Amino acid sequence: MPSTAAIALRGIVKRYPRVIANDGVDLVVDKGTIHAVIGENGAGKSTLMKILYGMVRPDEGSIELAGRPVRFASPREAIAAGIGMVHQHFMLVRPLTVYENVVLGQEPGRALRWDRRQARSEVSRLSKEYGIAVDPEARVAELSVGEEQRVEILKVLYRGARTLILDEPTAVLTPGECEELFATLRRLKQAGSTILFISHKLKEVMALCDRVTVMRRGKTVGEKACAETSREELARLMVGDMEIAESKSSDFRYEAAPETALELESVCVAGPHGRRALSEISLSVAAGEILGVAGVEGNGQRELAQAVCGLLPYYGRIRRAGRAAYIPEDRHRCGLLLCAPAWENMLLGRHREREFSSPLSLDQAAIRRYGRALVSDFDLRPPDLEQRAAAFSGGNQQKIVVGRELSKSPRVLVAAHPTRGVDIGAAALIHDRILRAKAAGCGVLLISADLDELLALCDRIAVLYSGRLMGVLPRGQANLETLGRWMAGLEQA
Amino acid sequence: MNFALQVLHVSGPYVLAALAGTFSELGGVINIALEGILLDGALAAVLAAYWTGSPWLGVLAGVAAGILTAALHAFACLRYEVDQVVSGLAVNFLAAGLCRFLLELVFGSSSNSLRVETVGSWGPLDPFLVLLLLLVLAAHWAVYKTSFGLRLRSVGEHPQAAATLGVPVLRMRLWGVLLSGALAGLGGAWMSLSQHQFTDGMSGGRGYIALAAVIIGGWTPLGAAAAALFFGAAEAAQIVLQTYGLRVPTQFVQMLPFALTLAAVGGLLGRRLPPAADGIPYSEEQD
Repeated sequence: MPSTAAIALRGIVKRYPRVIANDGVDLVVDKGTIHAVIGENGAGKSTLMKILYGMVRPDEGSIELAGRPVRFASPREAIAAGIGMVHQHFMLVRPLTVYENVVLGQEPGRALRWDRRQARSEVSRLSKEYGIAVDPEARVAELSVGEEQRVEILKVLYRGARTLILDEPTAVLTPGECEELFATLRRLKQAGSTILFISHKLKEVMALCDRVTVMRRGKTVGEKACAETSREELARLMVGDMEIAESKSSDFRYEAAPETALELESVCVAGPHGRRALSEISLSVAAGEILGVAGVEGNGQRELAQAVCGLLPYYGRIRRAGRAAYIPEDRHRCGLLLCAPAWENMLLGRHREREFSSPLSLDQAAIRRYGRALVSDFDLRPPDLEQRAAAFSGGNQQKIVVGRELSKSPRVLVAAHPTRGVDIGAAALIHDRILRAKAAGCGVLLISADLDELLALCDRIAVLYSGRLMGVLPRGQANLETLGRWMAGLEQA
Repeated sequence: MNFALQVLHVSGPYVLAALAGTFSELGGVINIALEGILLDGALAAVLAAYWTGSPWLGVLAGVAAGILTAALHAFACLRYEVDQVVSGLAVNFLAAGLCRFLLELVFGSSSNSLRVETVGSWGPLDPFLVLLLLLVLAAHWAVYKTSFGLRLRSVGEHPQAAATLGVPVLRMRLWGVLLSGALAGLGGAWMSLSQHQFTDGMSGGRGYIALAAVIIGGWTPLGAAAAALFFGAAEAAQIVLQTYGLRVPTQFVQMLPFALTLAAVGGLLGRRLPPAADGIPYSEEQD
């Protein structure tokens, strides 16, 4: 059956060596609408958009534009078919002027000597026609972030795109700039353009879009008209069904006196554009307690973790009962030296300890002993201390990070998405080790986008929204309705 | 010959090599190989002039040898993403060895070639100087007025941005390096033909000094040419000082270009930023 939709992606599958980024995704977008695609980081939104834009080729599935099947080998072909993409990280050549950036690659005029005047007037015309205010003569290096984004949109329009993909366009904008962007997008929609709006900010999606497709773990889990849904429902779809799993938490009890392991008092962290990434956070974690931090990603979780670990400057007070350990959310960037062997990664940060070093050199025998103990305790595969970290699977890489951090016998553990991108077996093992740390009296701050994980492990669950603490519930009282409302920023405890 | 003309003459190879370096780096490829390209160009020019008796064929051969040498550098840097400084140094050593070998083989000497004819003058005009002036102007025009220049600068600044707009990044960079080879090859031909012979190691660090001129010139053709002219003037002044027996130690005059380079690199002469992706390999494979 031929479809009249502007874009129809059907059954898209994209497999990477260790992860399935898209697992049978369907996306149908009507012409002349603004359609949102939402989902947590790693849900597969970006991969899907790269497939539509010809940057990545799908393993399975079909793409139709206005009912005609297409297959793009490169962005160039997608551009020719009228698709334009505004990248999350701007693709601008900073020393060049606005109009030079806009026409680059498709300069008007003769082959060798291109026509600057025509380029300038063309850019001014587009900017007037769509009400996109930016000076064509300005150098990109001198523009504000909002203006840079307008240049990106002009680039796309100059190439005659009728379908625009915007990948998390508001992530870097001030509220005022967001409003201007939305006005521009509405004008484009009236002019007949189709817009794909990638985001995980529900408020914006509800304010701007006509329909919304929700992705979770590489699959489409729902498609709604914005008028017929609510932020709570969308938040619920994004984080998953809340099956109250049997808690393992109670089996791991810390028997000693419950002193405080971690305490935050009115902690604030500065964010971009003079806003606050964290605002007046006060909370405490007892020894032997796991406090979960839930929320839609990008609402201050990363800043919270980094402030507690002393990686970000903050205002207010943070008290730690003793040594803190940190399982970072991005093990490749912060947790591991990918090109170094496993044993070096296990030693990182502990290399000066008496146990492992003399004043002049490392004690290789002691390090190997410690390494072998970690290997067997965490069932590292392959059990090879010399193998480079990069050669391990994601799950085993994470085991190295978790093993190293817990080997410090910390009093405080900050675990950010400790099982993201990790296979089920490794995830279960990591959960077990975190619970054991709890039983040994460690206070754990567990940040996760996965409610199932939080409910399975935590004693209490806190919700962050827009840098503020919306509330804290004991696990027994946690219910989807309250958490959903908090996560959507609708109500505070 | 008055001093101004002498300065221009001495500066020629510097200016050409500086233009060469500018083109390569604007596209994002650091070209330390200029030194070797000058040398190869110089020897090829003398060989061709020696065998054919035509200095103009010598000039052509110099340009061709420059392009070939640059192609080697481009192949390593663009195809195999070899570290650009390492590749450039390797090319320089290779060129030095090759020239010594050919010198021995063809002329049976380890120091210099036999004498060859140089290009005749056009009335009162020296063809090399005319060519130089035209090339400096053409380089400026190519970088700032043509779509080639726009695309070349874009791949040196932000190759990913250029790629998303359909600009073939590696092909543009290849053009930049090959153009660089042609210009520096011509510089080499000028060096040897104006001396009527090739001498071993005659590039004498000019390729490296040209890179300093690129920096001082702020990665613009006119700026690089002006800086190269200054270095040429310093060298000419040194010759003059020696001739007149002035009691300034020549070492101090010789130091001048390098002191200036240090000052420029240290930002004392106003900091100009290099192309943002200068020296950073670009890989077409994504994900």
